[in-house]
Amino acid sequence: MNALFQKTGFDPRFTSMVLVLLAVWAGLSALTGGVFLTPRNLYNLSIQTCVTGVMACGMVYLIVARQIDLSVGSLLAFTGMLIAYTQVQVFPPEAGWGWPLSLAIGIAAGVAVGAFQGWWVAYRQVPAFVVTLAGYLMYRGAAFLVADGQTIAPLHPSYQLLGGGMSGSIGATASWLLAAAACAAVVWQRWQARRTRARYEAAQLPLWADGLRVVLQCAAIVGFVAVMNSYTGLDAAQQRVAKGIAVPVLILIGVVAALTFVSQRTRFGRYVFAFGGNPEAALLSGIPTLRVQLYLFMLMGALAALAGMITTARLNSGANSIGQMAELYVIAAAVIGGTSLSGGVGSIPGCIVGALLIQSLDNGMVLLDVTSAKRQILIGLVLIAAVWFDVVYNRKAAR
Amino acid sequence: MTLTRIAGALMLTGLLATQGIAHAKDLVVGVSWSNFQEERWKRDESAIKAALQKLGAKYISADAQGSNEKQLADIEGLISRGANALIVLAYDADAVLPAVQKAKEEGVPVLAYDRLIQDPGVLYLTFDNVEVGRIQAREVFRARPAGNYVFIKGSPTDPNADFLHKGQLDVLGGAIKAGKIKVVGEQYTEGWSPEVAQKNMEQILTKNANKVDAVVASNDGTAGGAVAAMKAQALTGVPVSGQDADIAALNRVARGEQTVTVFKDTRTLGEAAGQFAVAMAKGTKPGAVKGAATWNGGTKKIAISSVFLKPVAITADNLGYVIDAGWASKAQVCAGVDAAKAPKACK
Repeated sequence: MNALFQKTGFDPRFTSMVLVLLAVWAGLSALTGGVFLTPRNLYNLSIQTCVTGVMACGMVYLIVARQIDLSVGSLLAFTGMLIAYTQVQVFPPEAGWGWPLSLAIGIAAGVAVGAFQGWWVAYRQVPAFVVTLAGYLMYRGAAFLVADGQTIAPLHPSYQLLGGGMSGSIGATASWLLAAAACAAVVWQRWQARRTRARYEAAQLPLWADGLRVVLQCAAIVGFVAVMNSYTGLDAAQQRVAKGIAVPVLILIGVVAALTFVSQRTRFGRYVFAFGGNPEAALLSGIPTLRVQLYLFMLMGALAALAGMITTARLNSGANSIGQMAELYVIAAAVIGGTSLSGGVGSIPGCIVGALLIQSLDNGMVLLDVTSAKRQILIGLVLIAAVWFDVVYNRKAAR
Repeated sequence: MTLTRIAGALMLTGLLATQGIAHAKDLVVGVSWSNFQEERWKRDESAIKAALQKLGAKYISADAQGSNEKQLADIEGLISRGANALIVLAYDADAVLPAVQKAKEEGVPVLAYDRLIQDPGVLYLTFDNVEVGRIQAREVFRARPAGNYVFIKGSPTDPNADFLHKGQLDVLGGAIKAGKIKVVGEQYTEGWSPEVAQKNMEQILTKNANKVDAVVASNDGTAGGAVAAMKAQALTGVPVSGQDADIAALNRVARGEQTVTVFKDTRTLGEAAGQFAVAMAKGTKPGAVKGAATWNGGTKKIAISSVFLKPVAITADNLGYVIDAGWASKAQVCAGVDAAKAPKACK
């Protein structure tokens, strides 16, 4: 088995994660009489995963750099409330420019809060655990104060599209175009990689292995879009239309693509992994480690604000009780996705699979009428199993 | 109702006057909050403060911030700061018992505020939560007397969630047994969180291919989540219940997206608590305060002196009630309502 992974260049950790996910899906589908794998439910699942997924991307970076952020759920509530409040109470609610401005304010606030936390961690050497634990309390309180605990609704119709909902998807044609572009990018990227390797006369994977990878990735993309397009829902005029990819999912895809690119292709990304792997060596080799930490917390703040945007847009209201326990699900998604809590190791696609796995269990078990208490127990057990799997896997790899 | 309240307050102040104001000034009432985070407690606090001020008693307080341990320490602290009576909003109905015991040993009477404390010596003051559940079910049932029903229940850690559900079943149980109503989904909502309610509602709709005729949601936050889930499926006109008279929910009632919300004027509750606490500090037994009756509906079946206040159902027909009460403004309630379909209060 290991030889096969080596030969094909597939990441065994990620591949086994995907296989586990598929097995869970098959199991839930069998138990729900097929309802779980209907296009409609998969469409729901894709949207339900977005909030955790967006924040998990930032959490992977933070954990790789040996940091943690326990405040993301509270920060989500604070920024979400800020967006809803400014949109409805401060700017004229009907104005077209009000909601983008409120969104900008929310994201700016997320970044500012992130900078505040990062400053304490990086420049004042207060452990991230403590700073963000304090943040967990503070931003929950701040979320309450924004509107004195009131729920704010309704939000602007255009803003609501950002959360999915009735018209919040891009339709069949645009989805297919996007799929074609994504496949082209996958093929081009692989081909470029081969050319580069050839130029430096580096060891080359067999052509069939690279081909297999490209085919599988494209099949996943096409399959995803086909499922999203085969879900037809009613629109405002009570007409059945193919939904296509939902807007919040598009946002998640954007975040994943950007952060994967940053981690693999930019100096900042390499700094993060170098720092996480060995902070002292990173410092001695001249990496601006303090600034890297500061930026990481700012990034996390921005992503929490994005998640706050998706949550409030989806709910069509701002309530200060949103995002409770989100930090735990986000950290769990990162860890299940193979991010090591001792730093230096982690992957963005992995955390998305982790988020999907958690949400799939939650989603499927509601279909089965399982109570929330039992759902929490099972998700907790999955977390332990995932980390145990990592321990075993790493021990084997070290041998 | 207001008149009797004023009369009661006057009687109490009259009572105070005869006993001498200087003496009353020495009274201290301690309030232990479970978690000051939520919108409503602020209104409760100002009502309690106002009532105490009127009676010449001093207000001291502590916020347990959602921690059982802190609440125990808080209550001990309030006693040592000289509280003559305690108003306790218990974070946990059972975990708070050692502190209540301590208060009893010190001779400090305890008023269980809004949440039950299962101890025979306390006075339990709350809105009738079972009645709230009955109102929710009654109004939804009136709008849709048969079909597929969904129950979006409250937080599994809050005993009120079960009282509410009990009240809902009081009304709907017969129709469920007779097969007129089919329960197609029933889920608790962790932490009363709207987005959890939304996800649960999405799954219930998926499971039933949108064949849902009515939603009995236990408060306005969860109702908002359920409505958002149905909107995404272009499902309109499904009766939905709620509770708390949140401004967002009142607006949904005005727009016809929610059938009913239950108004519990927390100012009435706070005012009554202040008056009862002062009375008990002066030596009135819990069973002897105005309107008290013995109640043993808790899980331990202990007989407790209780006062239940009546909640009010708010539907499109009587939205004016909350506007007249000064709870919400007409502009807030009627924002964005289609003039042609506007309820009376918005015209």
